Amino acid sequence: MIDRPTIFALSSGAPPAGVGVIRVSGPAAQAALEALAGRVPEPRRASLARLRDAEGSLLDEALVLWFPGPATATGEDLAEFHCHGGRAVIVAVERALVSLPGVRRAEPGEFTRRAFANGRIDLAEAEGLADLLSAETELQRAAALANAGGVLSRQVDLWRDRVLGLSAEVEGVLDFSDEEDSAELPESFTWNIAALAEELTGWLGRPRSERLGEGFRVVLAGPPNAGKSTLFNALVESEAAITSPIAGTTRDVIERSVAIAGVPFTFVDTAGLREVEGADPIEAIGIDRARDALARADAVLWLGAEGEGPQGAWEVAAQSDRTDFAPKSRANFTLSATTGDGVSALKDALVEAARGALPKPGEAALNARQHARLSDAAEALVSAQCLSDPLLVAEELRRARVAFDQLIGRATTEDMLDTLFGRFCIGK
Amino acid sequence: MHSFDVLVIGGGHAGVEAACAAARMGARTALVSFDLNAIGAMSCNPAIGGLGKGHLVREVDALDGVLGRAADAGAIHYRMLNRSKGSAVWGPRVQADRVRFKAAVQQAVRMQKGLTLVQGEAAALVLRGGAVAGLQLADGTIFEALRVVLCTGTFLGGILYRGEERFEGGRIGENAAHRLAQQLRGADLPMARLKTGTPPRLDGRTIDWAVLEEQPSDGEAWTMSPLTERRINPQVFCGITRTMQAGHDAIRANLHRSPLFSGAIAAAGPRYCPSIEDKIHRFGDREGHQVFLEPEGLDTHLVYPNGISTSLPVDVQEEVVRTMPGCGRTVIVQPGYAVEYDHIDPRALTPDLQVRAIPGLYCAGQINGTTGYEEAAAQGLVAGLEAAAAALGRQAPRLDRANSYIAVMVDDLTLQGVSEPYRMLTARAEYRLRLRANNAATRLTGLGIEAGCIGAARRAWWERREDVRTMFHVKHSEKVHARELADRGLPVRRDHGEKSLAEWLRYDRVTPAALAPWLGDLTELDPVLAEEMAEDAAYAPYLARQDAELRDLRASEALPLAADFPYGEVPGLSSEMVERLTKAAPGTLAAAGRVPGVTPAALSALLVHARRRVAA
Repeated sequence: MIDRPTIFALSSGAPPAGVGVIRVSGPAAQAALEALAGRVPEPRRASLARLRDAEGSLLDEALVLWFPGPATATGEDLAEFHCHGGRAVIVAVERALVSLPGVRRAEPGEFTRRAFANGRIDLAEAEGLADLLSAETELQRAAALANAGGVLSRQVDLWRDRVLGLSAEVEGVLDFSDEEDSAELPESFTWNIAALAEELTGWLGRPRSERLGEGFRVVLAGPPNAGKSTLFNALVESEAAITSPIAGTTRDVIERSVAIAGVPFTFVDTAGLREVEGADPIEAIGIDRARDALARADAVLWLGAEGEGPQGAWEVAAQSDRTDFAPKSRANFTLSATTGDGVSALKDALVEAARGALPKPGEAALNARQHARLSDAAEALVSAQCLSDPLLVAEELRRARVAFDQLIGRATTEDMLDTLFGRFCIGK
Repeated sequence: MHSFDVLVIGGGHAGVEAACAAARMGARTALVSFDLNAIGAMSCNPAIGGLGKGHLVREVDALDGVLGRAADAGAIHYRMLNRSKGSAVWGPRVQADRVRFKAAVQQAVRMQKGLTLVQGEAAALVLRGGAVAGLQLADGTIFEALRVVLCTGTFLGGILYRGEERFEGGRIGENAAHRLAQQLRGADLPMARLKTGTPPRLDGRTIDWAVLEEQPSDGEAWTMSPLTERRINPQVFCGITRTMQAGHDAIRANLHRSPLFSGAIAAAGPRYCPSIEDKIHRFGDREGHQVFLEPEGLDTHLVYPNGISTSLPVDVQEEVVRTMPGCGRTVIVQPGYAVEYDHIDPRALTPDLQVRAIPGLYCAGQINGTTGYEEAAAQGLVAGLEAAAAALGRQAPRLDRANSYIAVMVDDLTLQGVSEPYRMLTARAEYRLRLRANNAATRLTGLGIEAGCIGAARRAWWERREDVRTMFHVKHSEKVHARELADRGLPVRRDHGEKSLAEWLRYDRVTPAALAPWLGDLTELDPVLAEEMAEDAAYAPYLARQDAELRDLRASEALPLAADFPYGEVPGLSSEMVERLTKAAPGTLAAAGRVPGVTPAALSALLVHARRRVAA
């Protein structure tokens, strides 16, 4: 076997924190324990140890754990140092580790990659873990965790078993019709296919996992000086900024991604667009962009005159602190971004709306690849219902099984190779 | 001392195909059998073909094998099973006159150029440096051979059971090859035990045919082999009767006397054609089980009651038979019996059916855990072609799961092993729509010509047929407007525009016959081919969808896993996965995916490490 470097990383939150957990995975994990703690503790038992560097200086007093491979999270030998969470302590322990032969700092996602390469997790779980690593909000984390924990894989296995059962019924008719037992398909057969197809369609209608990355898109719209930018700033300023995968689509539209109560949002300020309305063709492009922004919005906050906003927009009566304030008769929200009055009520409503539109915490969400495979399966089941030749029914059921296999990586297909060698850079 | 390229042991269906295939390839070949006059004997059901099995017969025939033509020579009853379903699952089946079938096989082996027949008991393999170098006979004669193909059927440690009686041997009246068996056991090959059974044979003169429902031969013109120009023998009908409650009661009262239930036979039997005592035991609520009374030949009174295979004592067999309608006075000529036998775990074989532990030794047929003449013949063909190709430094035809049932079977056997006697089923072939019994020649004969195993007569036939096929392709791509079809009374809507004839053939009720005005006299030139081409057109959308899947399959077939791939060194693979993979020794990553129980996670780990090894 090719000897691979041993990797380590701080797997708890950024210091300073109460505890700093440093994980070490690879063939030199045991040597790392011996070097720092002076001994290898009993497997899977926490024990207290004094950590020292090569010169013998005391670094920390820490809990150490030893997990011999292959039955570990990464499939390799694994060591954990639960140190005190101060920045200096962590840096010192990391420096001691990096000085050991064959040990280096892990690249992002490398632990996952090893778990996948070592057969500890399947494709869907690995994708979940990859999402988990890039998760910046609580909601993203919960959804990724569901996939990483195998929720989707288990569900697919159940579907696959049901299709296998249906296939067995058709095959009975095809291969044993010369025997008496199974000449005809039972009446329940088509009904069972329909029920399964409907279940898949339900899953396909669920919010996709990419939605978590994009966040809930909220567009602020209205005429100039309606208070859009002030409200925009009030909504995003105090919140944690997150990296949006589609930030800065145009110069004319200002986007900012933040997490509110653990839910990812992208706020879009269309400031500057309304001023050019009815202007020359070049400027009209800006209007198209505004329309485009509106079309892709999950919610539009309309700050203009009542009833003049896009259909379904939330009527916001802004600038309630001003003397020339024009209240709306059917305002969803009345607020002042300057004083902060009513802003938190708006945020609460946005969070609630977003929770409904984004994947639910703990519920497995499908990414584009998984969605495509599941669509294949659903499509095959739908056409199986309309076929009378059991031979073709069997072929459609087989197609559905192939799609399920591809979904969780049971089939060794290009689909899987792409995911494998693209996303995980395996083979380096 | 005689020396051969390929030496085949056993003159059953596997041995015959192995020997003839090797000789067709041009290898100097010998066939060794206890009794040369027993070559071509049908030991069980005098029927050839059926669901899944009919495909194998046509494929063996397409590679110029013996079985199809011999079946036609003996056929006294033709039936296309599953006729009401899609043509991909039609199962051509014939009942053959034992004497005529055997005569045809005997003639084929005796006429085969380059094939020497040797009567004698194979005693021991001659091994040199762990590899096969020849064969020693019981009389001390030694033959040198580059390759040896073992087709010894149930003769390995076979024990015959009938009620409380037991005998050693494969078929009644023959000796089992015990010395060779000992040698194979000594080589420490993985072995397992299976059982199979046969029903009693009845005297047809004592059956009251008049009261029974008749099943006639199907009255069409098809034959097993396209080289057989027409049906040769007079066709007979079968009778249909059934077992009755009184018979079931007799079975239940005597179950303890059946070696299956007394514990004498512990081996697994086939789920597909269980013994009558098994049927009563497992489906006790059924009022009766259908029994087909099949005449064994034109010149014999023997009748084969298909459906009551049994190992019960003779007196119970008689009671069961006598309670069946039409059989009140029926005489049993030879009682049924069960055979328990050893087979080699086929996972010990490479995909060319060679024993991994003994290079140069090939195994084919029942010895690999299969049941049925067709399965045996198909394996014999593969082993014969591969052994000859290896001896001559050539390539055997490239068979894979997407071009033949033969490859499906060999792949299943060598990767998955067997837990019951393996019988071909159409459900085993994932690319079933393209593997039809009626397109075997299109799929395989060309490959056979390339490999050099096709005789002159078939080659000439095939080349003529290819010319007609090309003409069909040209015709099928001609465009015709819906109006023209509608004007001729075809059930299509006039506003469906202009389409190629191939596309029109996808429409329900647009048959090749209905398109005769546009196909011209092509259909009459070769009606069988016309049907095949029409089916291709009808299945085309499904086949196109499989293409992507096949590309993927072939990509992962291209990633090799060496026979000694160190699965134990792939980190994270559970010991169970390591054991399964080591045992099956898949040749490629795609094959690894077909090893039962291998999880997606394990497969991805394997993929990563296999890539690394290839890159290294």
